[in-house]
Amino acid sequence: MNSENTFIIDGTPIPFEPDQTVLQAALKADVFIPHLCYYPGLRPNGNCKLCTVIINGRHASACTAFARPGIEVENNTPELNDKRRLLLQMLFVEGNHFCPGCEKSGNCQLQALAYELEMMTPHFNHFFPSRKLDTSHPDVFLDMNRCINCCLCVQASCEVDKKNIFAISGRGMAARIVVNTPSGKLGDSNFALSDKAASVCPVGAILPKRGSFSVPIGQRIYDDLPISSQTEFLATRKA
Amino acid sequence: MMLSPQETPKRKLRVATASLSGCFGCHMSFLDMDENLLDLVELVEFDRSPFTDIKHCGTCDIGIIEGGVCNSENVHVLREFRRNCRTLISLGACAVNGGLPALRNELDVREVLREVYFEQPGVVSSTIPNDIELPLLLDKAYPINEVVRVDYFIPGCPPSGDAIFKFLTDLIAGRTPRLDYPQMRFD
Amino acid sequence: MSLVNSSAGGVLEPILERYSRNPRHLMQILRETQERLDFIPQWAVDYLAEALALARTQVQAVIDFYAFFYGSSRGKYRILFSDNVTDRMQGNTALLARMLSKFGLAQGQVSGDGLVSIDTTSCTGMCDQGPALLVNNYPVTRLSSQRIDQICELVKSQTPLVEWPSEFFRVEDDIRLKDVLLSTEMAKGQALRRAIELGRQGMLTEMKVSNFRGRGGAGFTTGVKWEACSNAPGETRYVICNADEGEPGTFKDRVLLDSFSERVFEGMTIAGYVIGASKGLVYLRAEYRYMLEKLQATLEARRKANLLGKDILGQKDFDFDIEIHMGAGAYVCGEETALIESLEGKPGRPRIRPPFPVTHGYLGKPTVVNNVETLAKATLIAQNGGAWYRGLGTKLSTGTKLLSISGDCDRPGIYEYPFGVRISKILEDCGARNAMAVQVGGAAGTCLAQHEFGRKIAFEDVATSGALMVFGNNRDMFEVARNFMHFFKHESCGFCTPCRVGTTLMCNILDKIANGKGTAYEMNELTRLHQLLRTASHCGLGQTAGRPVYDTLQKFRPSYDRRLNQKDFEPAFDLDAALAPAREITERDDVDAHLGTHL
Repeated sequence: MNSENTFIIDGTPIPFEPDQTVLQAALKADVFIPHLCYYPGLRPNGNCKLCTVIINGRHASACTAFARPGIEVENNTPELNDKRRLLLQMLFVEGNHFCPGCEKSGNCQLQALAYELEMMTPHFNHFFPSRKLDTSHPDVFLDMNRCINCCLCVQASCEVDKKNIFAISGRGMAARIVVNTPSGKLGDSNFALSDKAASVCPVGAILPKRGSFSVPIGQRIYDDLPISSQTEFLATRKA
Repeated sequence: MMLSPQETPKRKLRVATASLSGCFGCHMSFLDMDENLLDLVELVEFDRSPFTDIKHCGTCDIGIIEGGVCNSENVHVLREFRRNCRTLISLGACAVNGGLPALRNELDVREVLREVYFEQPGVVSSTIPNDIELPLLLDKAYPINEVVRVDYFIPGCPPSGDAIFKFLTDLIAGRTPRLDYPQMRFD
Repeated sequence: MSLVNSSAGGVLEPILERYSRNPRHLMQILRETQERLDFIPQWAVDYLAEALALARTQVQAVIDFYAFFYGSSRGKYRILFSDNVTDRMQGNTALLARMLSKFGLAQGQVSGDGLVSIDTTSCTGMCDQGPALLVNNYPVTRLSSQRIDQICELVKSQTPLVEWPSEFFRVEDDIRLKDVLLSTEMAKGQALRRAIELGRQGMLTEMKVSNFRGRGGAGFTTGVKWEACSNAPGETRYVICNADEGEPGTFKDRVLLDSFSERVFEGMTIAGYVIGASKGLVYLRAEYRYMLEKLQATLEARRKANLLGKDILGQKDFDFDIEIHMGAGAYVCGEETALIESLEGKPGRPRIRPPFPVTHGYLGKPTVVNNVETLAKATLIAQNGGAWYRGLGTKLSTGTKLLSISGDCDRPGIYEYPFGVRISKILEDCGARNAMAVQVGGAAGTCLAQHEFGRKIAFEDVATSGALMVFGNNRDMFEVARNFMHFFKHESCGFCTPCRVGTTLMCNILDKIANGKGTAYEMNELTRLHQLLRTASHCGLGQTAGRPVYDTLQKFRPSYDRRLNQKDFEPAFDLDAALAPAREITERDDVDAHLGTHL
């Protein structure tokens, strides 16, 4: 391993290939960096900020920063993890995240990161927003209560499915995912359960109908193993 | 998981528990500690609690609250606990973030009562119960830490008996409580 | 059925034609549509989406993103009171209340007859002659009770804006102090001729010799930016003039565009010449809509004089022209990559950087984005040379800086100083006798207390994009910070978690403190949130949003402390008010139907 194609994360040399981001190279090398809005194969988006690291002394998103020879990255430090916990708490209070009643529980990346970072409470005052459940599609629920604006569905629908079904609209706290049909209903679109956009949601905002609890609680992705020990899974999911 | 002699308090700590707007599932889980309960009662004694049927909370070392805050009575009980307990613990999803009762938060409580007491098929009453003995509903179901200061949180629906035991023994021994990965659950 | 053939086309077709049905002009198409129809109805969204071959969500997303686009009727007269802290200090709150009561309206409500709506908006850049408002995007300055009453009458009688007294719309330059830029004469084309004499490389050398740094706030060396852009691979390049002067308290670009636009356009043309661009774009903030026709006339005259267009000044292959794009009410578009997104007809969300605009800018092509003042001053460097310019100001901050001065002073307006001027000198010049604090650089800038008035305006000391708001010793710095925080919450684009949620959380905490319900706990939260926003936000908006709070916490802590109550905790919400709906439906009002504040 020579210094031409390595950089450092928390003192450990990490090899990388050209055009890899810090996050991609880290996952490949079995080094976990928390993230929500990155999915392999989709263009890095950089909105959730969970992957905030310090690169050569400056804060940056590991998902959008390209790996360069010799850079020094701080990742798993108490200070950064404190900030990531704050970001998680923000996402929890901004929406309506009631894990006990959510089919995604155990497979949910937001929840898994909260376990990983020992988020015992959402801490901030809850916004309890009024958001809609869209059941119009025959095969898929759309529950905006759980949406964290990561935009992965927008990207997957546009970049992979070539259907452009989702978009983000509004600004500030009013920014939200919308469906590209005159009615705004998913059922009026040509969305299909086989679309990539149906499987990239890190939370329980896009869920298949009729599949509930086919994998029982206790046997789900993050039930036994922390997300930090599943870097290979995170890196090799295909978009 | 017993405490070392150094970690064992000189007297039994007094613990109070209550369920506000919850389902008592967290209390059931408490009892699910099984034989650990025997170890625990070596360290603590219970004040106000469904386990003792004592109706009001005296001075306590630890207060444990299950359930969120949905009505005025919940507020009074919670305040009684905060006044009397040195350490207050939020136990379970409803206390921590409102839980499933908070699913009603997007509904107007007036509409809810109107529908329940006037519009449901088969309903024959024509008034909404308004006896002064009845606690009034709050506009929303709130996590307890939005009403009083809370010291610790144990998430889960319910948290497992193991999680509760681990948390309490840590606390009693003077360690900052931590849950092991299998005990850290939101569902 | 194709919508394109329906009668809707009567209104929309001429607009679409004017913009060659190019979806990149969506912002301009929507603006003109709204100017015709007062808002953008759903049928227009559908029609435009089809005509421009866009998803309807793409059109809707643009309408929803910008504050000045309306998807539903906001009335025939849409009145927006500028709500910068300077407007507040000039009494806009009482004037707003007065107008609302005249119409019997709540803020933001549309009158039942669809005539009028009244609301507030972010700083409109009239701080030197406020309080100000916008009516259908045209500014009315120097508001008084009398003027409010007159406006109410004009609205009630449905008098068209063109028939309102022109005095209402008068915008003064208020130039108080001139240095080299504002006092040097320039014949039209003079600087451009000189640049052409110097040649591309020669002009670039002068820029680099001058060590001139961009005036938008970040202070990047302009010559280096131009060079990087001209060296970037690709055939097509662009020059963008950032006239989205949205920083609260800043209005110097307004004056440059209104009275020195020849310099601005000439500076753009010089930049185009140096980097080899054939197109320049001005991104003009919506609040400056009133200048559009005048600026376009100036451009037309420059075309006639062969200062724009083909073979400029007889130079073979020097083609350059300028288009003006209007913004639509989004502060974040002052960030250069958000501005480029907006120019491309999209919501103004900042891009991921790198790559930077000099290599991947407008339409992915190498692009120079410069501030209005930067471009105006490039003409001065062309006229007098880089070495001359370098002799002005300080070593690290060469030349002069235009300051927009407002607040508690006798002579608000535009002041041009060489870099290195001390705050105390500025305060003396503008007649600020009892200043307790100055906010330099707008809401995102630095709050300085009296003991810091010896500091200097310079990139190496107090950097600024040009705003300087003065606060007299009777002002409440907590309320200043709260005003700024609400501004940032309103302007957050919502892209990244920390800014989207954090600005709202910080506003909620400040409001709680303002209501007398804050405790030491809330104070601790403010600092924690600021640290997160500063380090984790995607762009400068979020990174600086908590700064006014942080600065005032350091320097004016008592203005917070005296609002705090001594309890260790206050509930997140008003418990008794939370029982109100249940009291109403049960018709109870007994003692047990209420909750006191005691624990």
